[in-house]
Amino acid sequence: MPQQPVPILEARQLHTYYGASHILHGISLSIKPGETLSLMGRNGMGKTTLLRSLLGLTPPRRGTVKVYGRDMTGAPPQKIVRQGIAFVPEDRGIFPNLTVRENLVMAARPGPNGRKDWDLTRVLETFPRLAQRINNMGNHLSGGEQQMLTVGRALMTNPDLLILDEATEGLAPLIRKEIWSVVRKIKQSGIAAILVDKDLKALLELADRNIIISKGRIVYEGSSEELAAHPEIHARHLGV
Amino acid sequence: MELSFYLVQLLNAIQYGFLLFLVASGLTLLFGIMGIINLAHGSFYMIGAYLAYWLTDVTGNLWLGILLGLPIALLVGYLVERFAISFLYQRDHLYQVLLTFALILIFNELQQILWGTDVHGVAIPAILAGSIPLTENQSYPIYRLFISAVCIALACGMSWVIQKTRLGMMIRAGASNREMVQSLGINVNRLFALVFSLGVALAAFAGMLAAPVDSVYPGMGENVLIISFVVVVIGGTGSIKGAFVGAMLIGLVSTFGKVLLPEMASVMAYALMAVILLWRPQGLFGRAR
Ligand SMILES: Nc1ncnc2c1ncn2[C@@H]1O[C@H](COP(=O)(O)OP(=O)(O)OP(=O)(O)O)[C@@H](O)[C@H]1O
Ligand SMILES: [Mg+2]
Repeated sequence: MPQQPVPILEARQLHTYYGASHILHGISLSIKPGETLSLMGRNGMGKTTLLRSLLGLTPPRRGTVKVYGRDMTGAPPQKIVRQGIAFVPEDRGIFPNLTVRENLVMAARPGPNGRKDWDLTRVLETFPRLAQRINNMGNHLSGGEQQMLTVGRALMTNPDLLILDEATEGLAPLIRKEIWSVVRKIKQSGIAAILVDKDLKALLELADRNIIISKGRIVYEGSSEELAAHPEIHARHLGV
Repeated sequence: MELSFYLVQLLNAIQYGFLLFLVASGLTLLFGIMGIINLAHGSFYMIGAYLAYWLTDVTGNLWLGILLGLPIALLVGYLVERFAISFLYQRDHLYQVLLTFALILIFNELQQILWGTDVHGVAIPAILAGSIPLTENQSYPIYRLFISAVCIALACGMSWVIQKTRLGMMIRAGASNREMVQSLGINVNRLFALVFSLGVALAAFAGMLAAPVDSVYPGMGENVLIISFVVVVIGGTGSIKGAFVGAMLIGLVSTFGKVLLPEMASVMAYALMAVILLWRPQGLFGRAR
Protein backbone atom coordinates (compact mmCIF):
# COMPACT_ATOMS: atom_id res chain seq x y z
CA MET A 1 0.00 0.00 0.00
CA PRO A 2 1.48 3.38 -0.94
CA GLN A 3 2.10 5.66 1.99
CA GLN A 4 -0.38 8.51 2.28
CA PRO A 5 1.28 11.93 2.41
CA VAL A 6 0.40 14.04 5.45
CA PRO A 7 -2.38 16.42 4.40
CA ILE A 8 -1.45 20.10 4.35
CA LEU A 9 -4.75 20.97 5.89
CA GLU A 10 -7.24 18.71 7.57
CA ALA A 11 -10.49 19.77 9.18
CA ARG A 12 -12.76 17.51 11.20
CA GLN A 13 -16.38 18.13 12.09
CA LEU A 14 -16.28 21.92 12.02
CA HIS A 15 -19.20 23.76 13.58
CA THR A 16 -19.00 27.51 13.15
CA TYR A 17 -21.36 30.19 14.37
CA TYR A 18 -21.88 33.90 13.87
CA GLY A 19 -23.33 34.81 17.25
CA ALA A 20 -26.34 32.53 17.57
CA SER A 21 -26.56 31.54 13.90
CA HIS A 22 -25.16 28.10 13.30
CA ILE A 23 -23.49 28.29 9.86
CA LEU A 24 -21.28 25.21 9.45
CA HIS A 25 -22.78 21.89 10.51
CA GLY A 26 -19.93 19.43 10.87
CA ILE A 27 -17.75 19.92 7.80
CA SER A 28 -14.71 17.68 7.33
CA LEU A 29 -12.19 18.01 4.54
CA SER A 30 -8.54 17.52 3.83
CA ILE A 31 -6.16 18.56 1.10
CA LYS A 32 -2.93 16.84 0.13
CA PRO A 33 0.23 18.55 -1.10
CA GLY A 34 -0.11 19.61 -4.71
CA GLU A 35 -3.83 18.87 -4.87
CA THR A 36 -6.36 21.32 -6.31
CA LEU A 37 -9.71 21.31 -4.58
CA SER A 38 -12.74 23.27 -5.67
CA LEU A 39 -15.39 24.42 -3.26
CA MET A 40 -18.77 25.23 -4.73
CA GLY A 41 -22.19 26.13 -3.49
CA ARG A 42 -24.84 28.76 -3.92
CA ASN A 43 -24.68 32.19 -2.32
CA GLY A 44 -24.72 32.20 1.44
CA MET A 45 -24.12 28.44 1.82
CA GLY A 46 -21.03 28.90 3.98
CA LYS A 47 -18.03 28.72 1.62
CA THR A 48 -16.39 31.87 2.94
CA THR A 49 -17.22 30.88 6.49
CA LEU A 50 -15.53 27.53 5.93
CA LEU A 51 -12.35 29.20 4.67
CA ARG A 52 -12.39 31.63 7.60
CA SER A 53 -12.79 28.70 9.99
CA LEU A 54 -9.84 26.88 8.46
CA LEU A 55 -7.67 29.99 8.78
CA GLY A 56 -8.66 30.86 12.34
CA LEU A 57 -10.26 34.15 11.29
CA THR A 58 -13.64 32.89 12.51
CA PRO A 59 -12.61 30.02 14.77
CA PRO A 60 -14.98 27.05 14.78
CA ARG A 61 -16.86 26.48 18.01
CA ARG A 62 -16.41 22.71 17.67
CA GLY A 63 -14.18 20.51 15.57
CA THR A 64 -10.46 20.46 14.84
CA VAL A 65 -8.14 22.00 12.27
CA LYS A 66 -4.76 20.42 11.63
CA VAL A 67 -1.95 21.78 9.46
CA TYR A 68 0.62 19.17 8.39
CA GLY A 69 -0.76 16.96 11.16
CA ARG A 70 -0.29 19.59 13.87
CA ASP A 71 -3.35 20.65 15.81
CA MET A 72 -4.02 24.32 15.06
CA THR A 73 -7.55 24.56 16.42
CA GLY A 74 -8.05 27.95 18.01
CA ALA A 75 -4.61 29.23 16.93
CA PRO A 76 -4.45 32.82 15.68
CA PRO A 77 -4.50 33.27 11.88
CA GLN A 78 -0.87 34.35 11.59
CA LYS A 79 0.27 31.07 13.21
CA ILE A 80 -1.88 29.00 10.89
CA VAL A 81 -0.86 30.70 7.66
CA ARG A 82 2.80 30.64 8.62
CA GLN A 83 2.73 26.87 8.17
CA GLY A 84 2.55 27.57 4.44
CA ILE A 85 -0.91 28.85 3.59
CA ALA A 86 -1.82 32.00 1.67
CA PHE A 87 -5.30 33.49 1.57
CA VAL A 88 -6.88 35.67 -1.09
CA PRO A 89 -10.11 36.89 0.47
CA GLU A 90 -13.36 37.69 -1.30
CA ASP A 91 -12.90 41.45 -0.82
CA ARG A 92 -9.25 41.15 -1.92
CA GLY A 93 -7.93 43.01 1.11
CA ILE A 94 -5.68 45.37 -0.86
CA PHE A 95 -4.09 48.01 1.37
CA PRO A 96 -5.35 51.21 -0.25
CA ASN A 97 -2.74 53.39 1.44
CA LEU A 98 0.21 51.33 0.20
CA THR A 99 1.65 51.27 -3.30
CA VAL A 100 1.58 48.14 -5.43
CA ARG A 101 5.23 47.53 -4.59
CA GLU A 102 4.61 48.02 -0.88
CA ASN A 103 1.57 45.72 -0.94
CA LEU A 104 3.83 43.02 -2.34
CA VAL A 105 7.00 43.68 -0.37
CA MET A 106 5.35 43.88 3.03
CA ALA A 107 4.09 40.32 2.65
CA ALA A 108 7.34 38.73 1.47
CA ARG A 109 8.59 35.75 3.42
CA PRO A 110 10.21 32.40 2.70
CA GLY A 111 8.01 29.33 2.63
CA PRO A 112 7.70 26.90 5.55
CA ASN A 113 10.87 25.01 4.60
CA GLY A 114 12.83 28.09 3.61
CA ARG A 115 11.81 28.00 -0.06
CA LYS A 116 12.15 31.32 -1.87
CA ASP A 117 10.64 30.47 -5.25
CA TRP A 118 8.55 33.63 -5.38
CA ASP A 119 9.92 37.12 -5.04
CA LEU A 120 9.03 40.54 -6.39
CA THR A 121 10.70 39.89 -9.75
CA ARG A 122 8.85 36.66 -10.38
CA VAL A 123 5.50 38.08 -9.31
CA LEU A 124 5.96 41.03 -11.66
CA GLU A 125 6.91 38.66 -14.49
CA THR A 126 3.76 36.70 -13.81
CA PHE A 127 1.61 39.86 -13.73
CA PRO A 128 3.24 42.35 -16.12
CA ARG A 129 0.36 44.77 -15.52
CA LEU A 130 1.44 45.14 -11.90
CA ALA A 131 4.90 46.09 -13.05
CA GLN A 132 3.39 48.96 -15.01
CA ARG A 133 1.50 50.17 -11.96
CA ILE A 134 4.21 49.49 -9.44
CA ASN A 135 4.11 52.92 -7.80
CA ASN A 136 0.34 53.39 -7.87
CA MET A 137 -1.57 53.29 -4.62
CA GLY A 138 -3.67 50.20 -3.97
CA ASN A 139 -6.92 52.12 -4.30
CA HIS A 140 -6.01 53.48 -7.72
CA LEU A 141 -6.17 50.07 -9.38
CA SER A 142 -8.93 48.54 -11.46
CA GLY A 143 -10.75 45.49 -10.07
CA GLY A 144 -8.69 43.17 -12.25
CA GLU A 145 -5.43 44.76 -11.22
CA GLN A 146 -6.44 44.53 -7.58
CA GLN A 147 -7.16 40.85 -8.03
CA MET A 148 -3.77 40.29 -9.61
CA LEU A 149 -2.17 42.19 -6.77
CA THR A 150 -3.89 40.13 -4.10
CA VAL A 151 -2.86 36.88 -5.81
CA GLY A 152 0.68 38.19 -6.31
CA ARG A 153 0.85 39.23 -2.69
CA ALA A 154 -0.27 35.75 -1.61
CA LEU A 155 2.51 34.22 -3.73
CA MET A 156 5.09 36.48 -2.06
CA THR A 157 4.60 34.33 1.07
CA ASN A 158 5.82 31.23 -0.85
CA PRO A 159 2.85 29.08 0.17
CA ASP A 160 2.36 25.34 -0.14
CA LEU A 161 -1.39 25.97 -0.29
CA LEU A 162 -3.15 28.90 -1.93
CA ILE A 163 -6.75 29.63 -0.98
CA LEU A 164 -8.72 31.78 -3.43
CA ASP A 165 -12.18 33.05 -2.50
CA GLU A 166 -14.09 34.21 -5.59
CA ALA A 167 -10.99 35.35 -7.41
CA THR A 168 -12.78 36.02 -10.70
CA GLU A 169 -16.05 37.46 -9.45
CA GLY A 170 -17.11 40.65 -11.18
CA LEU A 171 -14.17 40.71 -13.58
CA ALA A 172 -14.22 41.12 -17.36
CA PRO A 173 -13.91 37.84 -19.35
CA LEU A 174 -10.39 38.62 -20.55
CA ILE A 175 -9.14 39.34 -17.05
CA ARG A 176 -10.81 36.17 -15.76
CA LYS A 177 -8.97 34.21 -18.39
CA GLU A 178 -5.71 35.77 -17.32
CA ILE A 179 -6.34 34.95 -13.65
CA TRP A 180 -7.25 31.35 -14.46
CA SER A 181 -4.17 30.91 -16.58
CA VAL A 182 -2.02 32.10 -13.67
CA VAL A 183 -3.84 29.70 -11.36
CA ARG A 184 -3.07 26.92 -13.82
CA LYS A 185 0.62 27.83 -13.76
CA ILE A 186 0.56 27.90 -9.96
CA LYS A 187 -1.01 24.45 -9.95
CA GLN A 188 1.62 23.16 -12.37
CA SER A 189 4.36 24.47 -10.11
CA GLY A 190 3.12 22.07 -7.46
CA ILE A 191 1.31 24.47 -5.11
CA ALA A 192 -1.92 23.05 -3.72
CA ALA A 193 -5.05 25.20 -4.02
CA ILE A 194 -8.55 25.55 -2.65
CA LEU A 195 -10.63 27.41 -5.21
CA VAL A 196 -13.98 28.94 -4.37
CA ASP A 197 -15.71 30.27 -7.46
CA LYS A 198 -18.91 30.38 -9.48
CA ASP A 199 -17.12 29.58 -12.76
CA LEU A 200 -17.99 25.89 -12.97
CA LYS A 201 -16.25 25.34 -16.29
CA ALA A 202 -12.92 26.70 -15.09
CA LEU A 203 -13.14 24.79 -11.80
CA LEU A 204 -13.90 21.47 -13.52
CA GLU A 205 -10.89 21.96 -15.72
CA LEU A 206 -8.51 22.83 -12.87
CA ALA A 207 -9.70 20.83 -9.88
CA ASP A 208 -8.65 17.29 -8.96
CA ARG A 209 -11.53 17.04 -6.55
CA ASN A 210 -14.72 19.04 -6.06
CA ILE A 211 -16.76 19.69 -2.97
CA ILE A 212 -20.23 21.19 -2.98
CA ILE A 213 -21.65 22.60 0.20
CA SER A 214 -25.20 23.51 0.93
CA LYS A 215 -26.47 25.11 4.14
CA GLY A 216 -23.21 24.39 5.91
CA ARG A 217 -22.98 20.70 4.99
CA ILE A 218 -21.00 18.85 2.34
CA VAL A 219 -23.57 17.45 -0.09
CA TYR A 220 -21.28 16.23 -2.83
CA GLU A 221 -17.66 15.27 -3.24
CA GLY A 222 -16.12 13.84 -6.40
CA SER A 223 -13.66 14.10 -9.23
CA SER A 224 -14.12 16.56 -12.06
CA GLU A 225 -14.91 13.81 -14.57
CA GLU A 226 -17.66 12.52 -12.33
CA LEU A 227 -19.13 15.94 -11.60
CA ALA A 228 -19.01 16.88 -15.29
CA ALA A 229 -20.96 13.74 -16.12
CA HIS A 230 -23.80 14.60 -13.73
CA PRO A 231 -25.52 17.83 -14.77
CA GLU A 232 -28.41 17.07 -12.41
CA ILE A 233 -26.05 17.71 -9.47
CA HIS A 234 -25.26 21.17 -10.85
CA ALA A 235 -28.94 21.86 -11.20
CA ARG A 236 -29.78 20.73 -7.68
CA HIS A 237 -26.92 22.32 -5.71
CA LEU A 238 -25.51 25.07 -7.87
CA GLY A 239 -28.54 26.29 -9.76
CA VAL A 240 -26.84 26.20 -13.14
CA MET B 1 12.55 95.72 19.58
CA GLU B 2 15.32 94.52 17.37
CA LEU B 3 15.41 91.76 14.85
CA SER B 4 17.57 89.45 16.95
CA PHE B 5 14.87 89.45 19.61
CA TYR B 6 12.43 88.03 17.08
CA LEU B 7 15.03 85.56 15.93
CA VAL B 8 15.36 84.27 19.48
CA GLN B 9 11.60 83.97 19.78
CA LEU B 10 11.43 82.18 16.45
CA LEU B 11 14.07 79.67 17.55
CA ASN B 12 12.23 79.16 20.81
CA ALA B 13 8.98 78.60 18.93
CA ILE B 14 10.59 76.01 16.68
CA GLN B 15 12.22 74.22 19.58
CA TYR B 16 8.92 74.12 21.50
CA GLY B 17 7.16 72.95 18.35
CA PHE B 18 9.61 70.10 17.93
CA LEU B 19 9.09 68.88 21.47
CA LEU B 20 5.35 69.02 20.97
CA PHE B 21 5.78 67.09 17.77
CA LEU B 22 7.49 64.21 19.58
CA VAL B 23 4.52 63.88 21.90
CA ALA B 24 1.81 64.60 19.34
CA SER B 25 3.20 62.28 16.67
CA GLY B 26 2.88 59.34 19.03
CA LEU B 27 -0.60 60.41 20.02
CA THR B 28 -1.76 60.76 16.43
CA LEU B 29 -0.15 57.45 15.40
CA LEU B 30 -1.82 55.56 18.22
CA PHE B 31 -5.14 57.01 17.18
CA GLY B 32 -4.67 56.69 13.44
CA ILE B 33 -3.19 53.21 13.45
CA MET B 34 -4.58 51.54 16.50
CA GLY B 35 -7.74 53.57 17.05
CA ILE B 36 -6.65 54.30 20.60
CA ILE B 37 -7.32 57.56 22.41
CA ASN B 38 -4.52 57.69 24.93
CA LEU B 39 -5.07 60.29 27.61
CA ALA B 40 -2.05 58.93 29.46
CA HIS B 41 0.30 60.10 26.74
CA GLY B 42 1.17 63.24 28.69
CA SER B 43 2.00 61.08 31.68
CA PHE B 44 4.74 59.43 29.64
CA TYR B 45 6.19 62.86 28.95
CA MET B 46 6.15 63.50 32.70
CA ILE B 47 7.68 60.10 33.43
CA GLY B 48 10.45 60.93 30.97
CA ALA B 49 11.15 64.24 32.68
CA TYR B 50 11.22 62.66 36.14
CA LEU B 51 13.41 59.79 34.93
CA ALA B 52 15.83 62.33 33.50
CA TYR B 53 15.83 64.26 36.78
CA TRP B 54 16.22 61.17 38.94
CA LEU B 55 18.79 59.30 36.84
CA THR B 56 20.83 62.44 36.22
CA ASP B 57 20.87 62.93 39.96
CA VAL B 58 22.01 59.36 40.52
CA THR B 59 24.58 59.15 37.74
CA GLY B 60 25.58 62.79 37.69
CA ASN B 61 25.20 62.91 33.93
CA LEU B 62 22.18 63.75 31.75
CA TRP B 63 23.39 61.55 28.89
CA LEU B 64 23.66 58.52 31.15
CA GLY B 65 20.29 59.46 32.60
CA ILE B 66 18.69 59.46 29.15
CA LEU B 67 20.48 56.29 28.15
CA LEU B 68 19.15 54.46 31.22
CA GLY B 69 15.78 56.16 31.13
CA LEU B 70 14.85 55.22 27.56
CA PRO B 71 14.74 51.45 28.09
CA ILE B 72 12.73 52.03 31.26
CA ALA B 73 10.25 54.14 29.27
CA LEU B 74 10.04 51.47 26.56
CA LEU B 75 9.38 48.85 29.20
CA VAL B 76 6.67 50.96 30.86
CA GLY B 77 5.07 51.42 27.43
CA TYR B 78 5.21 47.72 26.69
CA LEU B 79 3.69 46.76 30.04
CA VAL B 80 0.91 49.33 29.77
CA GLU B 81 0.09 48.07 26.27
CA ARG B 82 0.08 44.40 27.25
CA PHE B 83 -1.80 44.71 30.52
CA ALA B 84 -4.19 47.57 29.77
CA ILE B 85 -4.45 49.01 26.27
CA SER B 86 -4.46 45.69 24.40
CA PHE B 87 -7.82 44.83 25.92
CA LEU B 88 -9.41 47.91 24.43
CA TYR B 89 -8.67 47.76 20.69
CA GLN B 90 -12.09 46.46 19.78
CA ARG B 91 -13.89 48.56 22.37
CA ASP B 92 -15.63 51.90 22.24
CA HIS B 93 -13.54 55.04 22.71
CA LEU B 94 -15.31 55.68 26.01
CA TYR B 95 -13.60 52.66 27.58
CA GLN B 96 -10.24 53.90 26.34
CA VAL B 97 -10.84 57.37 27.75
CA LEU B 98 -11.84 55.93 31.11
CA LEU B 99 -8.93 53.53 31.32
CA THR B 100 -6.28 55.97 30.18
CA PHE B 101 -7.67 58.63 32.52
CA ALA B 102 -7.26 56.13 35.34
CA LEU B 103 -3.68 55.65 34.19
CA ILE B 104 -3.06 59.39 34.56
CA LEU B 105 -4.22 59.24 38.18
CA ILE B 106 -2.09 56.19 38.86
CA PHE B 107 1.02 57.69 37.30
CA ASN B 108 0.53 60.98 39.16
CA GLU B 109 0.18 59.10 42.41
CA LEU B 110 3.28 57.05 41.69
CA GLN B 111 5.18 60.20 40.80
CA GLN B 112 4.28 61.76 44.16
CA ILE B 113 5.23 58.62 46.05
CA LEU B 114 8.55 58.24 44.25
CA TRP B 115 9.65 61.83 43.85
CA GLY B 116 7.44 64.01 46.03
CA THR B 117 5.72 67.26 45.11
CA ASP B 118 8.72 69.59 44.89
CA VAL B 119 9.64 71.30 41.67
CA HIS B 120 12.99 70.10 40.36
CA GLY B 121 15.50 71.32 37.84
CA VAL B 122 18.02 69.44 35.75
CA ALA B 123 21.40 70.93 34.92
CA ILE B 124 22.34 71.41 31.30
CA PRO B 125 25.35 69.21 30.48
CA ALA B 126 28.58 71.17 30.52
CA ILE B 127 29.46 70.86 26.83
CA LEU B 128 26.11 72.33 25.80
CA ALA B 129 25.85 74.86 28.60
CA GLY B 130 27.00 77.90 26.67
CA SER B 131 25.15 80.44 24.56
CA ILE B 132 25.73 81.76 21.10
CA PRO B 133 25.85 85.56 21.16
CA LEU B 134 23.57 87.19 18.62
CA THR B 135 24.01 90.86 19.51
CA GLU B 136 25.44 92.69 22.47
CA ASN B 137 22.64 91.75 24.81
CA GLN B 138 20.96 88.87 22.95
CA SER B 139 22.25 85.33 22.91
CA TYR B 140 20.80 81.90 22.33
CA PRO B 141 21.41 78.82 24.50
CA ILE B 142 23.23 76.04 22.69
CA TYR B 143 21.17 73.40 24.48
CA ARG B 144 17.97 74.66 22.85
CA LEU B 145 19.57 74.39 19.42
CA PHE B 146 20.61 70.89 20.39
CA ILE B 147 16.99 69.99 21.21
CA SER B 148 15.88 71.17 17.78
CA ALA B 149 18.67 69.28 16.04
CA VAL B 150 17.85 66.03 17.84
CA CYS B 151 14.19 66.43 17.03
CA ILE B 152 14.92 67.04 13.34
CA ALA B 153 16.99 63.86 13.28
CA LEU B 154 14.22 61.93 15.03
CA ALA B 155 11.51 63.28 12.75
CA CYS B 156 13.55 62.26 9.69
CA GLY B 157 14.23 58.85 11.19
CA MET B 158 10.57 58.35 11.98
CA SER B 159 9.45 59.33 8.52
CA TRP B 160 12.06 57.01 7.04
CA VAL B 161 10.86 54.07 9.14
CA ILE B 162 7.24 54.67 8.27
CA GLN B 163 7.68 55.43 4.59
CA LYS B 164 10.58 53.21 3.57
CA THR B 165 10.93 50.14 5.78
CA ARG B 166 8.90 46.95 5.80
CA LEU B 167 8.05 47.63 9.41
CA GLY B 168 6.54 50.95 8.31
CA MET B 169 4.61 49.25 5.52
CA MET B 170 3.22 46.73 7.98
CA ILE B 171 2.23 49.51 10.36
CA ARG B 172 0.43 51.43 7.62
CA ALA B 173 -1.19 48.24 6.37
CA GLY B 174 -2.32 47.43 9.91
CA ALA B 175 -3.98 50.82 10.10
CA SER B 176 -6.12 50.10 7.05
CA ASN B 177 -6.91 46.38 7.40
CA ARG B 178 -5.83 44.59 10.51
CA GLU B 179 -7.32 41.24 9.61
CA MET B 180 -5.59 41.14 6.23
CA VAL B 181 -2.24 41.83 7.85
CA GLN B 182 -2.86 38.85 10.15
CA SER B 183 -3.89 36.70 7.19
CA LEU B 184 -0.51 37.41 5.66
CA GLY B 185 1.18 35.84 8.68
CA ILE B 186 2.09 38.97 10.59
CA ASN B 187 1.52 39.12 14.33
CA VAL B 188 -0.52 42.30 14.61
CA ASN B 189 -0.59 42.21 18.39
CA ARG B 190 3.16 42.28 18.54
CA LEU B 191 3.27 44.98 15.88
CA PHE B 192 0.88 47.17 17.85
CA ALA B 193 2.71 46.59 21.11
CA LEU B 194 5.85 47.78 19.37
CA VAL B 195 4.17 50.88 17.94
CA PHE B 196 2.71 51.73 21.33
CA SER B 197 6.03 51.29 23.11
CA LEU B 198 7.79 53.45 20.54
CA GLY B 199 5.14 56.15 20.93
CA VAL B 200 5.63 56.06 24.68
CA ALA B 201 9.40 56.21 24.29
CA LEU B 202 9.08 59.27 22.03
CA ALA B 203 6.91 61.09 24.55
CA ALA B 204 9.24 60.17 27.38
CA PHE B 205 12.25 61.24 25.34
CA ALA B 206 10.63 64.62 24.75
CA GLY B 207 10.20 64.95 28.51
CA MET B 208 13.86 64.04 29.06
CA LEU B 209 15.10 66.56 26.52
CA ALA B 210 12.86 69.26 27.93
CA ALA B 211 13.82 68.64 31.57
CA PRO B 212 16.88 70.96 31.54
CA VAL B 213 15.01 73.90 29.93
CA ASP B 214 11.68 73.57 31.73
CA SER B 215 11.34 72.53 35.31
CA VAL B 216 10.16 69.12 36.41
CA TYR B 217 6.95 69.37 38.40
CA PRO B 218 3.78 67.45 39.30
CA GLY B 219 1.02 67.80 36.72
CA MET B 220 3.36 68.70 33.88
CA GLY B 221 1.98 65.77 31.88
CA GLU B 222 -1.53 67.17 31.71
CA ASN B 223 -0.39 70.51 30.29
CA VAL B 224 1.47 68.74 27.54
CA LEU B 225 -1.38 66.33 26.92
CA ILE B 226 -3.93 69.04 26.32
CA ILE B 227 -1.79 71.08 23.99
CA SER B 228 -0.75 67.89 22.16
CA PHE B 229 -4.38 67.04 21.54
CA VAL B 230 -4.79 70.51 20.10
CA VAL B 231 -1.86 69.76 17.78
CA VAL B 232 -3.36 66.42 16.72
CA VAL B 233 -6.75 67.95 16.03
CA ILE B 234 -5.27 70.84 14.05
CA GLY B 235 -3.07 68.52 11.98
CA GLY B 236 -5.76 65.92 11.40
CA THR B 237 -5.90 62.70 13.40
CA GLY B 238 -3.60 59.98 12.15
CA SER B 239 -1.40 62.26 10.06
CA ILE B 240 2.27 62.54 11.04
CA LYS B 241 2.73 65.41 8.63
CA GLY B 242 -0.28 67.08 10.21
CA ALA B 243 1.22 66.59 13.68
CA PHE B 244 4.39 68.27 12.49
CA VAL B 245 2.70 71.30 10.94
CA GLY B 246 0.28 71.53 13.88
CA ALA B 247 3.12 71.41 16.39
CA MET B 248 5.03 74.17 14.59
CA LEU B 249 1.90 76.35 14.37
CA ILE B 250 1.21 75.92 18.07
CA GLY B 251 4.89 76.56 18.83
CA LEU B 252 4.76 79.82 16.91
CA VAL B 253 1.38 80.97 18.21
CA SER B 254 2.12 80.30 21.86
CA THR B 255 5.63 81.74 21.80
CA PHE B 256 4.77 84.90 19.89
CA GLY B 257 1.44 85.14 21.67
CA LYS B 258 3.27 85.45 24.98
CA VAL B 259 5.42 88.26 23.60
CA LEU B 260 3.01 90.21 21.47
CA LEU B 261 -0.34 89.70 23.17
CA PRO B 262 0.50 88.59 26.71
CA GLU B 263 -3.03 89.06 28.04
CA MET B 264 -4.40 86.77 25.28
CA ALA B 265 -1.57 84.23 25.30
CA SER B 266 -3.36 81.40 27.05
CA VAL B 267 -6.26 81.29 24.62
CA MET B 268 -4.34 81.80 21.39
CA ALA B 269 -3.70 78.10 20.74
CA TYR B 270 -7.36 77.24 21.20
CA ALA B 271 -8.48 80.16 19.05
CA LEU B 272 -6.19 78.89 16.30
CA MET B 273 -7.68 75.44 16.65
CA ALA B 274 -11.21 76.83 16.42
CA VAL B 275 -10.39 78.81 13.28
CA ILE B 276 -8.74 75.84 11.58
CA LEU B 277 -11.58 73.51 12.46
CA LEU B 278 -14.16 75.94 11.09
CA TRP B 279 -12.21 76.03 7.87
CA ARG B 280 -11.27 72.33 7.72
CA PRO B 281 -13.23 70.21 10.18
CA GLN B 282 -10.99 67.18 9.54
CA GLY B 283 -7.83 69.16 10.38
CA LEU B 284 -5.13 70.33 8.00
CA PHE B 285 -4.00 66.92 6.79
CA GLY B 286 -6.83 64.73 8.03
CA ARG B 287 -8.92 62.63 5.70
CA ALA B 288 -12.52 63.76 5.48
CA ARG B 289 -14.91 61.14 6.76
N1 LIG C 1 -20.29 38.36 9.85
C1 LIG C 1 -21.44 37.66 9.76
N2 LIG C 1 -22.36 37.75 10.75
C2 LIG C 1 -23.52 37.04 10.66
N3 LIG C 1 -23.84 36.23 9.66
C3 LIG C 1 -22.96 36.09 8.64
C4 LIG C 1 -21.72 36.82 8.64
N4 LIG C 1 -21.05 36.49 7.52
C5 LIG C 1 -21.84 35.63 6.84
N5 LIG C 1 -22.99 35.38 7.52
C6 LIG C 1 -24.04 34.45 7.11
O1 LIG C 1 -23.49 33.18 7.06
C7 LIG C 1 -23.98 32.45 5.95
C8 LIG C 1 -22.83 31.93 5.13
O2 LIG C 1 -22.13 33.04 4.57
P1 LIG C 1 -20.84 32.86 3.70
O3 LIG C 1 -20.30 34.20 3.44
O4 LIG C 1 -19.96 31.86 4.33
O5 LIG C 1 -21.44 32.26 2.38
P2 LIG C 1 -20.76 32.03 0.97
O6 LIG C 1 -21.07 30.62 0.62
O7 LIG C 1 -19.35 32.44 0.99
O8 LIG C 1 -21.61 32.99 0.04
P3 LIG C 1 -21.18 33.86 -1.22
O9 LIG C 1 -21.22 32.95 -2.40
O10 LIG C 1 -22.24 34.90 -1.30
O11 LIG C 1 -19.84 34.42 -0.96
C9 LIG C 1 -24.89 33.40 5.20
O12 LIG C 1 -26.21 33.09 5.53
C10 LIG C 1 -24.52 34.74 5.70
O13 LIG C 1 -25.65 35.59 5.72
MG1 LIG D 1 -18.30 33.93 0.08
